[in-house]
Amino acid sequence: MGKATGFLEFEREEIQKLPVGERLKTYREFELPIVQEQLVRQGARCMDCGIPFCNTGCPLGNLIPDFNDHAYRSDIEAAITSLHSTNNFPEVTGRVCPAPCEAACVLGINAPAVSIKLIEHSIADRALEAGLVKPQPSLSRTGKRVAVIGGGPAGLAAAQQLARVGHDVTVFEKSDRAGGLMVYGIPDFKLDKSLIAWRVEQMQAEGVTFRTNCEVGKDIDYSTLKSDFDAVCVAIGSKVPRDLTVPGRELSGIHFAMDFLEQQNRRVAGQAIPEHVSLTATRKKVLVIGGGDTGSDCIGTSNRQGASSVTNIEIMPKPPETRDSSTPWPQWPLMLRTSSSHDEGCARDFAVLTESFSGSDGQVERAHCVRVELKDGKFEKVAGSEFTIEAGLVLLALGFVYPQPEGLLEQLGATRNARGNLVVDGSFQTSVPGVFAAGDCQRGQSLVVWAIADGRKAARAIDTYLMGRTELR
Amino acid sequence: MSLPNRSGLYDPQYEHDACGIGFVASLKGKPTHDIVRKGVEILLNLVHRGACGCDPLTGDGAGILLQLPDAFLRAQAAQHGWQLPEPGRYGAGLVFLPKEKVARARCKQILEDKITGTGQRLIGWRHVPVDESSLGPVARESAPHIEQVLVGSAEATEKSFERKLFVIRKWAERTVREAGQADGSAFYMPSLSARTIIYKGLLLAEQLTAYYRDLDDPTMTSTLAMVHQRFSTNTFPTWELAQPFRVLCHNGEINTVRGNAAWMYAREQLFDGQVFGEDVRHILPTITPGGSDSATLDNVAELLMQAGRSLPHVMMMLVPEAWQNDELMPAHKRDFYAFHSCLVEPWDGPAALAFTNGKQIGAILDRNGLRPARWTITKDGIIVLGSETGVLEFPPEEVERKGRLEPGKMFLIDLELGRIVEDAEIKEQITSQQPYGKWIEQNAVRLEELPISPSRLPPITGDDLTLRQRVFGYTQEELKMLLTPMAQTGMEATGSMGTDTPLAVLSDEPQLLFHYFKQHFAQVTNPAIDPIREELVMSLDNYLGGEGNILLETPEQARMLHLSQPILTNDDIAKLRLGHKLTIGTPATVPMLFPIAEGGPGLKSALDELCRVTSLAIMNGTSVVILSDRGANEFLAPIPSLLATAAVHNHLMRNGTRMRCGIVVETGEPREVHHFCLLVGYGAGAINPYVALDTVEQLARAGQIPGVTEPETAKKKYIKAIGKGLLKVMSKMGISTLQSYHGAQIFEALGLAPDVIERYFTGTSSRIAGIDLDVIAEETARRHLHAFPKRTDLSNVLDFGGQYHYRAQGERHLWSPSVISNLQKSVRAEDASSYREYARLINEQPDGPITLRGLWEIAPGDSSIPLEEVEPAVEIVKRFATGAMSYGSISREAHENLAIAMNRIGGRSNTGEGGEEPERFIPDADGMSRRSAIKQVASGRFGVTTHYLVNADEIQIKIAQGAKPGEGGQLPGHKVDKIIAKTRFSTPGVTLISPPPHHDIYSIEDLAQLIFDLKTVNPTARISVKLVAEAGVGTVAAGVAKAHADLILISGYDGGTGASPQTSIKHAGIPWELGLAETHQVLVKNDLRSRVVVQTDGQLKTGRDVVIAALLGAEEFGFSTAPLVAQGCILMRKCHLNTCPVGIATQDPVLRARFQGKPEHIIRYFFYVAEEVREIMAQMGVRRFEDLVGHSERIRTRDTKGHWKTSRLDFSDVLRPAVAAPGVGVCKSKNQDHGLETSLDNELIRLCAPALERREPVSFKMAVRNVHRTIGAMLAGEVARRHGAAGLPPGTIRIEFSGSAGQSFGAFLNHGMELSLIGDSNDYVGKGMSGGVIAVRQPPTATYPAAQNIIVGNTVLYGATGGRAFLAGMAGERFAVRNSGATAVVEGVGDHGCEYMTGGCIVVLGPTGRNFAAGMSGGLAFVYDEAEQFQKYCNTEMVELEPVSSPDDIQLLEGLLREHEERSGSEKASSILADFQNNLKRFVRVIPIEYRKVLESQKKQSSATAAE
Repeated sequence: MGKATGFLEFEREEIQKLPVGERLKTYREFELPIVQEQLVRQGARCMDCGIPFCNTGCPLGNLIPDFNDHAYRSDIEAAITSLHSTNNFPEVTGRVCPAPCEAACVLGINAPAVSIKLIEHSIADRALEAGLVKPQPSLSRTGKRVAVIGGGPAGLAAAQQLARVGHDVTVFEKSDRAGGLMVYGIPDFKLDKSLIAWRVEQMQAEGVTFRTNCEVGKDIDYSTLKSDFDAVCVAIGSKVPRDLTVPGRELSGIHFAMDFLEQQNRRVAGQAIPEHVSLTATRKKVLVIGGGDTGSDCIGTSNRQGASSVTNIEIMPKPPETRDSSTPWPQWPLMLRTSSSHDEGCARDFAVLTESFSGSDGQVERAHCVRVELKDGKFEKVAGSEFTIEAGLVLLALGFVYPQPEGLLEQLGATRNARGNLVVDGSFQTSVPGVFAAGDCQRGQSLVVWAIADGRKAARAIDTYLMGRTELR
Repeated sequence: MSLPNRSGLYDPQYEHDACGIGFVASLKGKPTHDIVRKGVEILLNLVHRGACGCDPLTGDGAGILLQLPDAFLRAQAAQHGWQLPEPGRYGAGLVFLPKEKVARARCKQILEDKITGTGQRLIGWRHVPVDESSLGPVARESAPHIEQVLVGSAEATEKSFERKLFVIRKWAERTVREAGQADGSAFYMPSLSARTIIYKGLLLAEQLTAYYRDLDDPTMTSTLAMVHQRFSTNTFPTWELAQPFRVLCHNGEINTVRGNAAWMYAREQLFDGQVFGEDVRHILPTITPGGSDSATLDNVAELLMQAGRSLPHVMMMLVPEAWQNDELMPAHKRDFYAFHSCLVEPWDGPAALAFTNGKQIGAILDRNGLRPARWTITKDGIIVLGSETGVLEFPPEEVERKGRLEPGKMFLIDLELGRIVEDAEIKEQITSQQPYGKWIEQNAVRLEELPISPSRLPPITGDDLTLRQRVFGYTQEELKMLLTPMAQTGMEATGSMGTDTPLAVLSDEPQLLFHYFKQHFAQVTNPAIDPIREELVMSLDNYLGGEGNILLETPEQARMLHLSQPILTNDDIAKLRLGHKLTIGTPATVPMLFPIAEGGPGLKSALDELCRVTSLAIMNGTSVVILSDRGANEFLAPIPSLLATAAVHNHLMRNGTRMRCGIVVETGEPREVHHFCLLVGYGAGAINPYVALDTVEQLARAGQIPGVTEPETAKKKYIKAIGKGLLKVMSKMGISTLQSYHGAQIFEALGLAPDVIERYFTGTSSRIAGIDLDVIAEETARRHLHAFPKRTDLSNVLDFGGQYHYRAQGERHLWSPSVISNLQKSVRAEDASSYREYARLINEQPDGPITLRGLWEIAPGDSSIPLEEVEPAVEIVKRFATGAMSYGSISREAHENLAIAMNRIGGRSNTGEGGEEPERFIPDADGMSRRSAIKQVASGRFGVTTHYLVNADEIQIKIAQGAKPGEGGQLPGHKVDKIIAKTRFSTPGVTLISPPPHHDIYSIEDLAQLIFDLKTVNPTARISVKLVAEAGVGTVAAGVAKAHADLILISGYDGGTGASPQTSIKHAGIPWELGLAETHQVLVKNDLRSRVVVQTDGQLKTGRDVVIAALLGAEEFGFSTAPLVAQGCILMRKCHLNTCPVGIATQDPVLRARFQGKPEHIIRYFFYVAEEVREIMAQMGVRRFEDLVGHSERIRTRDTKGHWKTSRLDFSDVLRPAVAAPGVGVCKSKNQDHGLETSLDNELIRLCAPALERREPVSFKMAVRNVHRTIGAMLAGEVARRHGAAGLPPGTIRIEFSGSAGQSFGAFLNHGMELSLIGDSNDYVGKGMSGGVIAVRQPPTATYPAAQNIIVGNTVLYGATGGRAFLAGMAGERFAVRNSGATAVVEGVGDHGCEYMTGGCIVVLGPTGRNFAAGMSGGLAFVYDEAEQFQKYCNTEMVELEPVSSPDDIQLLEGLLREHEERSGSEKASSILADFQNNLKRFVRVIPIEYRKVLESQKKQSSATAAE
């Protein structure tokens, strides 16, 4: 057990970051390495609870008290073993997860929570550096073939798990690189892409075949694929973005966030973006609509590209500075969140509805907004509160609605719900026998941790489907 | 006439009894009728130690044993025209016969056949005149037809005739039994002997002579009379279980009787014709079925005596002294015991035994000395021994000597020699009969003496070890939370809060078979032992090898391998394997493995094969068999080691070869204490836990064990921890020696199929059926698959576990994160929907059942009723109480919050064991009351003052606690701050120890006494008794109801705790559902239910829980964890570490400040629960809560068809409604008759009116007798009630008594009261004394030396918090136990003096017994050590001894001596004071080490403050 009185002796420490000025010069990660003493101190703060609410707060069920204890005792090998027993990609979640575990931390009831994410991040990095993370090929092969469609976190987690129990797994990825949003969604300054590349290599060593630039339903028909595989796991994400259908939406300069972000990630990866499609914020007044993580990523990227100003608005009212009483511990708290990108410079406004855009020469120049109040679950405009925001680039970060319906889903014919997501049973099987679904395409837009969790659960279900009982935990 | 059969959850095997015993004998040789009358008088004076059931005219039994009255019988025979032969050539005995004539004639015929069949002669049948009109209705209904048989001798000697009479009786009994007489048990012979005769029956003492007219006949003469008054838990008519039995009568309980009886049965198989010749066939079975523990012991003692040993010899071998650890004992005596320990294990348990063969009469106390036995010798040769002094009154000048029997000691009178044979003399004589020492030396071998084996196995390491760990289902959690602490500290790990995981049979995780068994523990009818503080009586010694015929005595019987503890290292078992020619020969190793692919059938045939091979090995002369699972591999899985061990053990028992062979188990499976307990309990003589040991070695090498790097040290500590754990579990049952525990099967099974129990765990209680071999094999298979994966090595780590701490991927817990967050949200935000979600999660257990009630549902009524018609919630919440959580274990904020909330809703909160600050007794200015309505009295008696007791609405005697039944507790020094110390009358920073038993409750009649004491001090309070569910708790509850408790609380095993060993939290006791159902059934059956309230607790959480409990028979309900959660607890399970982050279970001011609970949270919670109750009642169509009670037919079992485990459970016995005879109540409807109106104190209060009303001095004199109990307590209560904690000014009330006072003289005495007693007194003088003065001196006319006279009994000043006592004579065992404030001077004490003392000052002017100052953490003692022996008798673990040197101490001591001289007229004090300066050197000062440190630092602090 960690230190019984650690929580009374040490303060919570946050991960150290480069100063804003330094950060904005590059697209490299700006979080500084965690020093050994800090890791030990933060591990010591864990109280080894009788009921670790963090463990259920984490969608993956990470064994948080256990790796905290290993961290406290500087046993990185044990820590990474523990982490890997529930999480295929801790180096990813250690960086980009919003950490619902910390919201559920028992210490958080009346003191700052244990810095679990910092600890996870540090363990993952140290283990990689120390060469403790190695391929784990299966002991024997089953001869069963599984197709995983979609190389995002859900698909990759499922593929890795299935390969490790001896199945022949092929991942079909429509993009040129596997990783999904982890590669082309999350900016490099938050997640270094070499980490994903390393994981792909590890999976290849474990026997996973990757077929990139291959969109099932377009480049290859589902019916062709079906006959080659004993089971299929659909993990195509929820990629159709929510639009803002207001007058002026057709003006140029109004884009979905993901189009903007993906381009920058490709630039960083050394790919040339053709001039006629290139999209940058450089010297523009940027308006980001939407207050989520994607919105933040747009702000951070815009600032790095040299935007002249960045404004961020969202329709929801400004949340309280601390946990709202409607979301008591251990729930995910309703409260104001300020991301590192916000710190890098932007104007924020809340309870703002965008009614229309206008501009000249087909180019957007401003957004016409009005203030709203939330009454009984509905937004009501505040009379006389209309105002405009100047903007040469408008980025819509309003979330994603459902998986791409054309192509694969059409061909597959599996039942979808009213929202357009695939319907699965308790074992992640769709209405088509032998076809399973994991991640956002059945859950709806969500976090990376949920995607990994789904991928792992789907893998267990698929293994059971193929073998009668599973050796996966 | 006999006990009823099993029905529902009632099982006659759990009946208990205890009692008063006594005898009187005359050294003058001539038989007289006066002795008979004196015997009867003793009985009459012991009436209060017996009990009545529902029928006040029917007692539990009484009887008298006399010498065969030759004159009387001769005269009677003459009337029949029979010529009796000379004494010794004829025998006689009463015969209990069926009332029905045909059956009676057949029984008589059988007996006559056996008389002639053994070559003896029937003289005739004599009608025994009885007066049935003197009996109560129940006794009359069940009375047998009684005749007397007279038998003439055809033998050459009296001895061989006596043996023939024994054969006749045993043979006839068995023949009648086997003939299957419709009323077979109605045939019973109290005795058949040429020397003694017994008159007994289901009688009250005063009915004995009225019923048996013979006893009044002046020719009915004897030189001895042995009598017995019974207090039994049952009220069933059982004439034959009245005592005395043929050679003995017993006060106490033989805890190990089941093991003893089983071993005796096994030993019988070795009998040959060497002693009894042909007759050997007729005397079996030795033990008559259906007997009580005392009857069973009598059977064996009688057999061994008839086989040739003297009766004292027999008693010494069956009830040996604590010899293993006694270095003061002479070598030849140790040799005697060592030799006999190769023959028989001790019959262990509290016992005062009186025994006689008609020529010698004596008594013996067991090694613990837990029963009182006082004797008096008069100048004209009358000797009286009894459970109390004063049972016969003699003028003081006629008394020669008085004394008490000491632990392990014997008191013997040889009537033929006409003198008393002292313990030392008789034992000297018996122990030197044979050269036992030489026999041992030449034959017995110790394991350490065997040569090191060259073939010992190296430890398993690395991945190999992980693989083995996986085979046996080890988890990371076990390594971290169980093994590491054991290897680090040499003790078992501590945990806190209750267990909330599923019972093994409900779990979907593969469970070890061990976890289907729950430990039994002692409660009420026998005391638990403190294995740490009273280590001297404990022993882990055991023997391996084949035994010989116990009827003989030969040197070869010592050919055994001696083990000093049962855990074998890898080196040990290698040694053992090599064998040893003389003792164990060459052991045979038998693999305990089965082909995993073959499932249940494969397991079954492997078990058959295991038994077959073992038998074969025994036939080939093997005397040790090693069952081994070392060979487990991918295809062969280990048979669960417990199953294999029990299967072989019971197989050998059945086929009669068990005594020819020892069983050693070499297994990777066991790792925690409970596992080892089970293996030993089911027959393993020794265990090599190779995976556990190798794991500990690996942990040490990897630096995982803080402070222990040396693998050998780690393993030693681990083995030590197992040993300590074994001792603890044994002692919970009150068992002292591993030998007695071995094979005693003191467990009950929860969830095993009847055929599994019958075949492999024969005789084990198992009441809900459950899994069979197929499922046991499946559980093994699931572990096996995990250990030998085919495809992935992903699982090359151990599973986390999740049994102790919650993990999402581990075992289910009732307290899950969502349960806690919903409950907290509901009470904080007044959000009923969150409560409903909370209740749904608990009630429906959607992820799978966790509790038994999770498998049940409540049948809706024929018609539901509108909610408004149901009794209102404000009435229902009055039935709620919060549990006993002490101020000390939880913070003041949390403790007071509970009290305020409960007072506001009219429920009751409980102080717990820690007292309560008197300020809380008075309501606050705003009318808010912080007073706890229930005041707990637990074994530590912390804070129990007279004032505390009179401020109670209910006084709760905590016999046991769900999380650790049978154990004491400890409040670590770091939790004892200033205020807590003040409340507990102790010193801040000093650790406080609660003993495992109440030292004034060693048996059921003792509990009756304590209830009487408490009721006396506060007549308006309900007295409740808290028990923990286990098989047989219903029978205990019946005894408690007969002891006049007003309320009985049945706690489930899963209740919480501030700190307990993990073994106890998980594995001791059973769910309340079972205990409550049994209690209700048995109470109704006995017509006792209507006199008591039944309450239950143990993880009650919702309205549905309340309704289920009500339907099973409860009318009140206790809650602890749930209200704690409502006020902020989040199940940290860190209570024992003082680091509770929400300020509840901590005394750290920083953390206490974080407490956020409010009374409203608790109030809301209880109203939500009550409203839920109402909703269910409305659905059921029940308006009044009372109409729920006992209606278990409204509970149905949920459909569990198809579930791999639960589908086989059977709850029909649990849910069987108690059948009430007409007029029998099924819930509390009348009050107990406490008999307070007979108390002498009524008179005292009347006489003391001026003092009570006007504080005027009062003084008077009064004569008393031993039947006057608890003198002064009611008066003391009155003083406290009227005058508060401070009482009256010193000396306001002065009373002088004369005579022998009954038990609890001066109990709870208060300030301003001075009681003096001229004469002597029984046990518990000054119990709970809070102030005042007691002085006891012998009468001036007495001629015996005061300093050697036992003037007061055992357990004097127990739990006293103040006052002074001056006792001019010696005291018994446990003087000033748990004293925390009284000052006393006494002239000698027995064993365990000043045990667990935390305060006060004790001066002992004479000898002390052993183990003085054990567990003493505070206070001072001065011992006058004339013989310079004291050091040997003192337990110096916690105290230091030094001369008396400081002026303060000298002044204190001198002052006390002067006061002693003045108040008690002590000659001893005078003689010491005569040369005080010189005599001072002989005083030893005893001071606790921890206490000294605290005092010194206090002194420093105060002088520092003064200097400022």
